[in-house]
Amino acid sequence: MKIAVCIKRVPDMDLRFAIGAGGKALDPAGLKYDIADFDGYAVEVGLRLVEQQGPGEVVVVSVGPTAVQETLRKALGMGADRAIQLSAEDVPFDGMAIARALAAELKDGGYDLVLFGRMATDSANQTVGPMTAHLMGVPCVSAVSKLDIAGGGGTAERQLEGASEKVEFPLPAVVTIDEGVARPRLPSLKGIMAAKKKPLEVKPAQLGEARLTVQSIALPPDRPPGRIVGEGADAVPELVRLLQTEAKVL
Amino acid sequence: MANSFAGVDFYDADGLLSEEERAVRDTVRAWVDEHLMPVIGDAYIKGEFPRQLIPGMAELGVLGANLPEEYGCAGLNNVAYGLIMQELERGDSGIRSFASVQGALVMYPIYTFGTEEQKKYWLPRLATGKDIGCFGLTEPDYGSNPGGMITTARETKDGWLLNGAKMWITNGSQATVSIIWAKTGAIDDTRSIRGFIVPSTTKGYTAKDQKGKLSLRASDTSEIVLQDCLVPKDAILPKSGGIKSPLMCLTQARYGIAWGGIGAAMACFDEALSYSKNRVMFGKPIGQTQLQQSRLAEMLTEITKAQLLTLQLGRLKDKGTMTPDQVSLAKRNNINMACEAAREARRLLGANGILVEYHSMRHMANLESVYTYEGTHDMHTLILGQAVTGLSAF
Repeated sequence: MKIAVCIKRVPDMDLRFAIGAGGKALDPAGLKYDIADFDGYAVEVGLRLVEQQGPGEVVVVSVGPTAVQETLRKALGMGADRAIQLSAEDVPFDGMAIARALAAELKDGGYDLVLFGRMATDSANQTVGPMTAHLMGVPCVSAVSKLDIAGGGGTAERQLEGASEKVEFPLPAVVTIDEGVARPRLPSLKGIMAAKKKPLEVKPAQLGEARLTVQSIALPPDRPPGRIVGEGADAVPELVRLLQTEAKVL
Repeated sequence: MANSFAGVDFYDADGLLSEEERAVRDTVRAWVDEHLMPVIGDAYIKGEFPRQLIPGMAELGVLGANLPEEYGCAGLNNVAYGLIMQELERGDSGIRSFASVQGALVMYPIYTFGTEEQKKYWLPRLATGKDIGCFGLTEPDYGSNPGGMITTARETKDGWLLNGAKMWITNGSQATVSIIWAKTGAIDDTRSIRGFIVPSTTKGYTAKDQKGKLSLRASDTSEIVLQDCLVPKDAILPKSGGIKSPLMCLTQARYGIAWGGIGAAMACFDEALSYSKNRVMFGKPIGQTQLQQSRLAEMLTEITKAQLLTLQLGRLKDKGTMTPDQVSLAKRNNINMACEAAREARRLLGANGILVEYHSMRHMANLESVYTYEGTHDMHTLILGQAVTGLSAF
């Protein structure tokens, strides 16, 4: 089975971050980058499928500047066989542009399965996977929490609000992976050493025109300070009144 | 991960590391967050080494990570190896001690002084954690003066007959194999010291836990007795010879310990910094007071100095020009620094600082052992004194 996993290099949003001077992007100072969380799950799913189902290949693909090579090599360290960087100075916000670049690379690559994370943890658009599927002319199942592949097709489970849905699809297909499928393994130290020797191909990204641009980003406003309405049992009626009339939660 | 450790890097020391060195560091850091941090408090209170972590450590490849791939090891450079020790000790000195002993004190002597057969048999078993090793050098009456040892190895027609006692042996009780150092000649002849590979199932070999430790509680420390312990002739490490051989092993281990001290200090600084911003007293965070800022500034400065000093030591080791005296300076400086950082962090944490749910006091207690083992702080002072004056004071 030949599997492509499309991964994105994103800043670690658990760390402290600030908005840059132009107000349209994060301040790069002090940011640490890593493979997007859901994309890590997708890599793990790809590796397990090949490990469990015999001969195959896992190819990791990323769009971006030279720095994405570090992210690709991390996936190689986890066990992917080779990597492709679709080189672009900036990663556009417009998912369609990225999907065009990926589809151009993957369409005739003979892949049985193209995996994505459900969304990138920075832009959270959830568009690139489905758009790539559309441009490749193959079915797409999004936000999959369980995946089985057998006999030229697959079944996938999706978690809906209060229910789960089972979907059948033929290969080739695009599947975007939700968390909970398989916890991503850490690259082993031998894996990190081996990753240096695995092939990493660099090609220009055929992005085309990006039609969406970010106007501004802003941090959520500070929460207003809490209010003390009184003390002890005497305060209860007033508290209940405020919860009913002002907060409207009772 | 919301509670992942971000490290301390005030001088962009990261920029001095290769991508691969950073990747190794980040992998071990993530492993410590995921597997070690959730269990270390309990292990420490119970006084048990968390053995369940050994397969994971082995799979990751941290055991003997700087030895070559042909023996089942990761073949990393010495800076990457040092970063592993740093990250493990960020978790706990006892866990780093386990890895130091296995790699630098058991695998390294087999690799350096052993035959090809010994290397091919033992190194892959030790790298995968199938065998756990310990290093028997120190004796009850010979700590800082290992050359005075009274353990003997006498050649007989059936093999080598070992007699003696070893003390303060990390991994001793769980070890399946020991590197035992013994005199093959006269008791005052330090040149006759040789190393032996002794499986712990050998008749006459016993190891028992040293009880009552108030430090390194999540580590196994034992006393080993060798009573007419007969090992085959090929148990000797043929290229070992004289007190210099075990001291070479200690140089390897001390190198890792120097890195480890930075890890423990970073853990304490990180905890103190976060606490200082959240703990409110007299209507403001304690981090807004001059006294606590002074503590934090001091810790940050010393950690940053140690990071740069130790990275250069690693570069010298990779170049093959590092000297044991340089290792003494780093071990002495970094562990003393870490002891101070842990104590100051514990104090900043106030009463909470004595609880196991915070880490600084565990590090503080652990580091007293690290300050004492692998050449006490005082011995390294004298080694440096000798290095610059040419005059030995010991």
